[in-house]
Amino acid sequence: MTQPGFLDLLSFGPDGWSKALLAGAWMTILIALSGYTIGAVIGTFGAWAKISGGRAVRVAADAYTTILRGIPDLLVIYLLYFGGSAAITSIGRLFGADGFISFPGFLAGALAVGITSGAQHTEVFRGAFKAVHRGEIEAAIACGMSRSLRFRRVIAPLTLRHALPGLGNVWQVVLKESALVSITGVVELLRQSQIGAGSTGLPFDFYLIAGLIYLAISTVSSIALRQAERHFSRGVRRG
Amino acid sequence: MDWQFTHETFLSLISALPLTLSLAGASIALGAMLALALALARTSGILVLDWFARAYVFVFRGTPLLVQIFLIYYGLSQFPAVRHSIFWPVLREPYWCAVIALSLNTAAYASEIIRGGLLSVPHGQVEAARACGMSRLMVFRRIVLPLAIRQALPGYGNEMISMIKATSLASIITLMEVTGVAARIISETYRAIEVFVVAGFIYLAINFLLTRLVQLVEFKLSPHLRQPENAAQAVIAGDAR
Repeated sequence: MTQPGFLDLLSFGPDGWSKALLAGAWMTILIALSGYTIGAVIGTFGAWAKISGGRAVRVAADAYTTILRGIPDLLVIYLLYFGGSAAITSIGRLFGADGFISFPGFLAGALAVGITSGAQHTEVFRGAFKAVHRGEIEAAIACGMSRSLRFRRVIAPLTLRHALPGLGNVWQVVLKESALVSITGVVELLRQSQIGAGSTGLPFDFYLIAGLIYLAISTVSSIALRQAERHFSRGVRRG
Repeated sequence: MDWQFTHETFLSLISALPLTLSLAGASIALGAMLALALALARTSGILVLDWFARAYVFVFRGTPLLVQIFLIYYGLSQFPAVRHSIFWPVLREPYWCAVIALSLNTAAYASEIIRGGLLSVPHGQVEAARACGMSRLMVFRRIVLPLAIRQALPGYGNEMISMIKATSLASIITLMEVTGVAARIISETYRAIEVFVVAGFIYLAINFLLTRLVQLVEFKLSPHLRQPENAAQAVIAGDAR
């Protein structure tokens, strides 16, 4: 058997892997986006809990960020994937289904990525809120804005502007973390490369291609984030 | 919660702790040396070295660690030249592949932290050292490096914590460190929550101790920021009066 060359692997033909790899890359982006969104929602609540929550809520939020920043992400994925399967199986048993029901890998992965990135989101939002000048909020109160109007028109836009660089960093971390979801069997970019490596016996080529695609995604998103930062800092005087 | 099971799990996980610590220790030590070299290359002003370091940091920070581990562990064995080289006994071992991948990865992140430390050294300090007649090497060894380390320490502490967490990925290439053993117990017993709590507790304990250690070193390295002891005592005495 002659082994295909590096460029043969990249062709779109019947022997090429490009289609499969691009589909895997798309899945990676989907996992990362879902995880990121879940994380942002958790982060919003977490930041709110840390800033203006009562004592109990604050302690809970502190415990959440401390724990999630101190334990490996892989462990969280194992917990949700295996723990979720165990939970679903026992629920299934209640309804008379016997045998093992596995938890969907995509859901477990996105939730795990979301829960771990939620801790980082919390800190980013909290720091960004702290950076909003008291005076701006006072001015909004003085104008007679209601609480919700104040949040919507003044606090949220200003917090977002300050949070944007941090949010960009979290996105890069989430994108790389999504590779861990491959252990649940979801066919994302890394899993697809493993499949390709296994069936062609060319692991180096496949992992190299996977690495290049990750690099491309992160480069494109960092350019987009820089544009967004520029857009949302219009009217900010520098220096 | 089943205490018997939790206790047994704790014992099996703690027996895997030395492997986790040795992976982290080896890759932090190797990574630190590489990071220093990269940071020096970035600040050297020599264009080739500067661009090499930039490209290195870009590639290793832009790709997932797991891809880097796979590339080294599975990828390199694809080439007969590697399999027949003198490095094969090392590259065949999952332990060394994990250490190499982790070191290369942490070096990229740590080099940026160290570079920040190097850039923060005030120019006057270097000028003063030069005026004392120190050679370039001695200025670096006695003035620049100690000041840079002190400045970079908090950031470096965070990087070390990430490395402790990153060692868990070694379990994917068959190494039975804490996460590897935890995953095995979970898949055998399907009691994810108990195992997760125990394993999480072990990682939190390591990271707590590490944070404290870094704080201690930071404290030792910055005596100039503290009040002299007798002055502090005088203040206390003054308060008492």
